[in-house]
Amino acid sequence: MPDRYHIHTAATPGWFRRIGKFANVDWREDCSRCSNCVKLRCLYDVYRHESAFNRDPEAPGATLDECKACLSCVQGCTKGLLDVSVNPEFLNMGDAYWTPDIILTTWNQADTGRIPVSGAGYRGRFHGPGFDSIWTDMSEIVRPTRDGIHGREYISTSVDIGPKPLRLEFTRDGRMLTPPLRLLEIQLPAILDMPAWREQGARLAAARIAAAKELKTLAVVRAGEAVQALPKQLPYVVPVVAREDIANCRDIIEGVRMAQLREGADAAALAGELRSINPKLTVAVRLPLSPTASDRIIELNRAGIKVFQLCADQHGRERLGNGRHGRHIKDALREVHGRLVKEGLRDEITLIVSGGIALAEHMAKAIICGADLVAVDTALLVALGCRVCRDAHPRDAEGEAMCGAGELCPAETDSSDHAYATQRMVNLMGAWHSQLIEVLGAMGIREVRRLRGEVGRAIFMEDIEKEAFGDICRVPRPQVSA
Amino acid sequence: MTASDAAVQAPPESASAQPVLSGWPQESVAREVRPAPDRYRNALGKYKVDRNAQCANCGRCVEACQYGVHSKPEGYALTLRPLDSFCVGPACAETLESCVSLCPQHALTVRPNPSTECMGDPRWSSDLILATWHQAATGRPVPQHLESRTGAAGGGFDSLRFKFEVPGFEPGPGVPAGTDIDTGLDLNHRNDGRPQIHIDLPVYGGGMSFGSVSIHTILGKARAAAAWNTFTCTGEGGYHDRLKPYDDHVITQVATGLFGVREDTIQRVRIVEFKYAQGAKPGLGGHLLGDKNTPAVARMREAVAGNALFSPFPFHSVYSVEDHKKHLDWIKEVNRHCLVSVKVSTPTDVDMVAVGSYYAGAHIIHLDGSYGGTGAAPDIAKKNIAMPIEYAVPKVHKFLTAEGIRDKVTLIASGGIRTAYDALKTIALGADGVVVGTVEMVALGCVRCACCESGRGCPRGIASTDPELMMQVSLDWATQRLINLNYAWREQMADALARLGMTSIRELRGRTDVLCYLSDEPAATAEVS
Repeated sequence: MPDRYHIHTAATPGWFRRIGKFANVDWREDCSRCSNCVKLRCLYDVYRHESAFNRDPEAPGATLDECKACLSCVQGCTKGLLDVSVNPEFLNMGDAYWTPDIILTTWNQADTGRIPVSGAGYRGRFHGPGFDSIWTDMSEIVRPTRDGIHGREYISTSVDIGPKPLRLEFTRDGRMLTPPLRLLEIQLPAILDMPAWREQGARLAAARIAAAKELKTLAVVRAGEAVQALPKQLPYVVPVVAREDIANCRDIIEGVRMAQLREGADAAALAGELRSINPKLTVAVRLPLSPTASDRIIELNRAGIKVFQLCADQHGRERLGNGRHGRHIKDALREVHGRLVKEGLRDEITLIVSGGIALAEHMAKAIICGADLVAVDTALLVALGCRVCRDAHPRDAEGEAMCGAGELCPAETDSSDHAYATQRMVNLMGAWHSQLIEVLGAMGIREVRRLRGEVGRAIFMEDIEKEAFGDICRVPRPQVSA
Repeated sequence: MTASDAAVQAPPESASAQPVLSGWPQESVAREVRPAPDRYRNALGKYKVDRNAQCANCGRCVEACQYGVHSKPEGYALTLRPLDSFCVGPACAETLESCVSLCPQHALTVRPNPSTECMGDPRWSSDLILATWHQAATGRPVPQHLESRTGAAGGGFDSLRFKFEVPGFEPGPGVPAGTDIDTGLDLNHRNDGRPQIHIDLPVYGGGMSFGSVSIHTILGKARAAAAWNTFTCTGEGGYHDRLKPYDDHVITQVATGLFGVREDTIQRVRIVEFKYAQGAKPGLGGHLLGDKNTPAVARMREAVAGNALFSPFPFHSVYSVEDHKKHLDWIKEVNRHCLVSVKVSTPTDVDMVAVGSYYAGAHIIHLDGSYGGTGAAPDIAKKNIAMPIEYAVPKVHKFLTAEGIRDKVTLIASGGIRTAYDALKTIALGADGVVVGTVEMVALGCVRCACCESGRGCPRGIASTDPELMMQVSLDWATQRLINLNYAWREQMADALARLGMTSIRELRGRTDVLCYLSDEPAATAEVS
């Protein structure tokens, strides 16, 4: 057995201005200055910190976000002067998919590298669209279970990129016909992808590469950005190569283990050219996730391409072109996976899925739906303080939103220190890794490879609703709320 | 509300002659409703009433308000600060007879309370928390302006309604007013020579260990259980000496850490529960953070103070139904008079687990759904692992019925039962009764800030063993709040059963025909599929 895979997380508090969920609103009018003021008794010392901040502008502002809304002060104040409200700035972060809560939990995970733990039960909606309509299974009594992160058992999260032949073929005289296996094994079923919108400068790419090396996974970067990688980092770099890059990037292509191509008519030919430079190179094609993706995969497979990254939009939906969107990854990916299984091609092909992977649970659920691994993009920016406010960003000449543009970016993701940015990405992935292990442990699965397409270990809302409530008379909701 | 309000007389306790196993003198607790108002100085309400400096203290608002928001006691020159927790909001404020309209100085305004909005979430809306507080404070029906039956989670219980709640369905004949409605439940259906246990409510308290909650919370739950002839559960923290006067209403929990489990604690109770998993963290172990492991907690758990305590998952001695039977036989041998309950979570094959537990000899199968409460659990587990209880109950009920063993076992459900109507819906979906946990915490003043586990623990003193914080909750108050809550729940259950034309809660089990499901599909019309 290889050494246990371990991610070295380290507390790395964010440097950006945080936005807390609750705001203390304080009406000082009519205060009787009583000696047993509730502000002195705040369990989280929010008021003391606030007061320090008021006196000293250099005091860290982050402490103002510590209010947990326990309401002890509101209910205890002698004259009932205090109120707490939900911070409107918090509610304005992100969008319908990248909710403020997702952004906040990502920040917290990047701070500490720990699994988010809280008291009280689940607080959210019963179910929702996309990944929120899947529950993962667990084992109990009738099936063995695993230990999870606090246990002694080793749960493997490594995955392979590359074709796995179902059988070896030999000639009559015993010579092997099957070409030698070239699997690229990474220790985490997640690679670090480029942000969905253009970032300014190359510092983020450098941090991503360093994080990928630390995490023993891969970092996808533009070919031009790969130049800055140190030679020992090259095996962890996946340059996205266009035809015009080839001339400039020969030594990079020779040094890396995998490269990506954008979708295009000449993808197969281009892949051949790259392999002529580096015969061991794994070449992947980035395809937009669309209803015809499986046809294109089968076509490119015939041309010898075995690894695909299916790129959904930032809300995890199919891209239908012209900004329109289709089904969620959950449905689209299950269809692609099912088709490849039916065609007998599933083990020849590696599917990476990206777009809308915002939480650790999305990684597990995308794998259940048929991905071999996922690519994380926006979440890495959020780890550095991004608030997913891309609509407010300036556009470049091609109409693509630009991110991290100096003062316009409140998080200043681009000016982040290299070691700081790397460690926060490592922390986030460390927290995700632990959560994946918890999910796998609960399911009694010892390696993530076995989770791929395991829909039997998931509960799909559509099925279970029918099973549980199918015999109950249905009434349209408006009839009741009216 | 004043303390002199007459105590409401509750229905008589059932005369059950149970053998006392504990040998410890058992204390009885009166089942009567008494006011137990909010323990904080400023009770929270849905609305906030502001009186500005224009007020001339004329007292018109005192005359106008029928809810007791405004008061100006005899001999006072000034009107007192509005008790805005009683205010019913725009429904009154927008009328011409309201304090706002009648104030000659235009000094009064009514607005939604921003603090109340901070404590809501879709599952437990702020209305539900306030409604639970109201029931715990008064034992009376919840005023109209608070939604007391469903939350805003948009699925599960919140999408199920009884037909009598929905316009368009013919109301049934109902039962004549004054008919006795029986909400009691027998727990032993095995006919195995072990004693029958009857509880007066189809509800009992879930396991919360000493350490995760304070001793006052534990004892309050136990005393309320004694008053209502039902049960509470020790959780996995050992058996506190102060629980002994209520032995007959305590369930000893045996969980994977085996903290504080001794022969004595198994022998002194009438029900022993095996906890295989907890809904909020199915497939994961328990974890008491070092901070909460105070010397008192450590002594009871026979552990070292200050160390984090892990309960592993799973029982490493159980990997099959046969192993499981071995466990139950062990308990049954140690205590020859107890019933055995098996608490499991809700995997896809929960029906197989239930059947396995039955054949292993369980009297009670306790399903804990994935949206249940906890003192600390990974967020990913609370949301994603295992199915919500609303799905598991019909699945297991149908399967046990098809197996022909449904009437030989008691099916109890828990994990997100917030209201009396949730409990009724669970029973209509196929359970015999329910276990509650979070709602008891809310009755004791929980705002669901989710900080049970951090630092010194619960800032409101419910789920904390911190000597200073826990003193915020007195034992008498806690007991009374829970007795009141049970009373209010029983009233709502009896009322709903009467409307359904049933005289016993046992008639409701599995009656999905009295329910309807709110569908979001626009084309859907009322049809029976």
